[in-house]
Amino acid sequence: MAQLTSRSPMRRPRLGRGLVLLVAALYFLIPMGASIWFSISDNNGIGFQAYTGLLGAEGFTDSLWLTLKLALATVVLLLLLLVPAMIAARLGSPRLRTILEVLCTLPLVVPPVALTAGMIGVLRWGPDYLMDTPFFQTFVFVQQPEFPIVLVLAYVLMALPLAYRALDAGLRSVDVRTLVEAARNCGASWPRSVFTVILPNLRGALLNASFLTLALVLGEFTAASILGYQPFPVWIYAVGNSQGQMSVAVSVLSLLITWVLLLLLAAAGRERRHKPAHS
Amino acid sequence: MTTAPTPVPTPAATDEFSGGPGVSGTASPAPARSHAKRRAPRGGSWMATLPLFAFFVIAFGLPAVAIVIGAFTVSSDAETGAGSFTTANLTDSVSGAYWTALLSSLKLSALTALIGTLVGLPIAQAVVTSRFRMLREAVLTASGVLANFGGLPLAFAFVATLGNAGELTKLFHLTDHGWTLYSFSGLSVAYLYFLIPLMVLTITPALDGLRLQWREAAQNNRATGLQYWRFVALPILLPSLLGGFVLLFGSAFAAYATAAAMVGATVPLISRQIADALSGNVLVGQGNLALALSLDMIIVAVVVMAIYLPLQRRSARWLS
Repeated sequence: MAQLTSRSPMRRPRLGRGLVLLVAALYFLIPMGASIWFSISDNNGIGFQAYTGLLGAEGFTDSLWLTLKLALATVVLLLLLLVPAMIAARLGSPRLRTILEVLCTLPLVVPPVALTAGMIGVLRWGPDYLMDTPFFQTFVFVQQPEFPIVLVLAYVLMALPLAYRALDAGLRSVDVRTLVEAARNCGASWPRSVFTVILPNLRGALLNASFLTLALVLGEFTAASILGYQPFPVWIYAVGNSQGQMSVAVSVLSLLITWVLLLLLAAAGRERRHKPAHS
Repeated sequence: MTTAPTPVPTPAATDEFSGGPGVSGTASPAPARSHAKRRAPRGGSWMATLPLFAFFVIAFGLPAVAIVIGAFTVSSDAETGAGSFTTANLTDSVSGAYWTALLSSLKLSALTALIGTLVGLPIAQAVVTSRFRMLREAVLTASGVLANFGGLPLAFAFVATLGNAGELTKLFHLTDHGWTLYSFSGLSVAYLYFLIPLMVLTITPALDGLRLQWREAAQNNRATGLQYWRFVALPILLPSLLGGFVLLFGSAFAAYATAAAMVGATVPLISRQIADALSGNVLVGQGNLALALSLDMIIVAVVVMAIYLPLQRRSARWLS
């Protein structure tokens, strides 16, 4: 019966399915292939100058270093803000959870360009109204070019929905309340039950959230360029205007980095998934 | 579930109900909750959320207030009446070149979202019905990467492929056939590169929720494949499809970097107009125009979310 119903209609779609996947693969692979070829081909054959030249290019290390610092600060701040709040919301009233969900969805309503516009609006208040107050120093401090804290704030806000979703998925698979109560009944203190019981159970979700945030910061261009800082993506843009081949090389590299990040993520998740089966 | 701009196949999310190691062991001796025990975390729960709320007020609240105030007041660089209430900024932001840009943004987003939905569905269906688990995992991981592959790298990759000196352009002499990447259609092709994977990611759970029994029931009633799709599958999928369309629309609408790096000013887009206005590229006295344009953009995004969230809830109810 099951065979009868499944055999005849299954045969025809298989061909169509192959065709669909083939066309899709072509559309998605050709730009990658062409980019790689574009970045390594030169007038007399193949060369890797675009890649080797990167390291020596002016501003490369500075901008990369700035981006890495920003990424680290963003991930740390995001997790410090979000993780305690989300664990508390699981333990506390359901109302708090709803509030948190709405709050973490809100940034989706403000596109990055608009958020940046708003931030610039706020930053203008500094010189306009607060010149003589101590707040003015805060405004200067927040905008210092060596480490623009204002960008960290923007990035944390942009990453909030992504990270919330990742952590929420992790928290769903863990019965936080039962775990905490069990730990508390065994005499563990609050910090101890959070750090040694809950956080290890959330390892996958924490990694997931961190990687997504990292990928976001590594590629973010809008806020940084409009606010006038030069982290890595903005530097690529500047280079792209003068040296096309090098900018494509960087694009290929950034795609590779994203792949590696996500594969690491998948590996981390898989490791965790397989463990209970083996033990 | 909540929403996300670019859902990624989260390994942590797939084993949702496995409970994680050690849960079942510790769960059984859970005692009846005493009142004292419950009160302790509840008082602390507000404390633990306080930093997040404070951050939100500063990083989200202040800019939002700045946008609203700025959009409705006369710019500080105006000759007269700086700081007084006006609706001129908003009126200006929906007239002339800015109105063209807004329309062009809406058109681009709607078109690419529609194509992305129509193309993403068959790909997702092909992946879901495939017998090869590897293929499924590979496509979903790749979609996760590509859906996040917006911005500059995407623009440069397409310039290298289909730009004036791009590899495909040179290979097939596309310029002679009137092709140019730096146009509305060129931008659409590039946008689809991250919109289609986004659709695949969004629609795959819904397709997974279509039960085999429904198809068999339809076939037992002598429905053809077409009839099955027309009367059974599509009505069930409709909320998910619409939700996916709206999500794609929102992503395309908010995108800035790709367009900025690829087409420059040849295709007017509202996100670019905001950036231009912020860089002081406006007439004297129109400094607050950028904020009014931002408000326009936010209004569109609010409408998008207002459509998306109920749809998503509805499809989640059907396909759970």
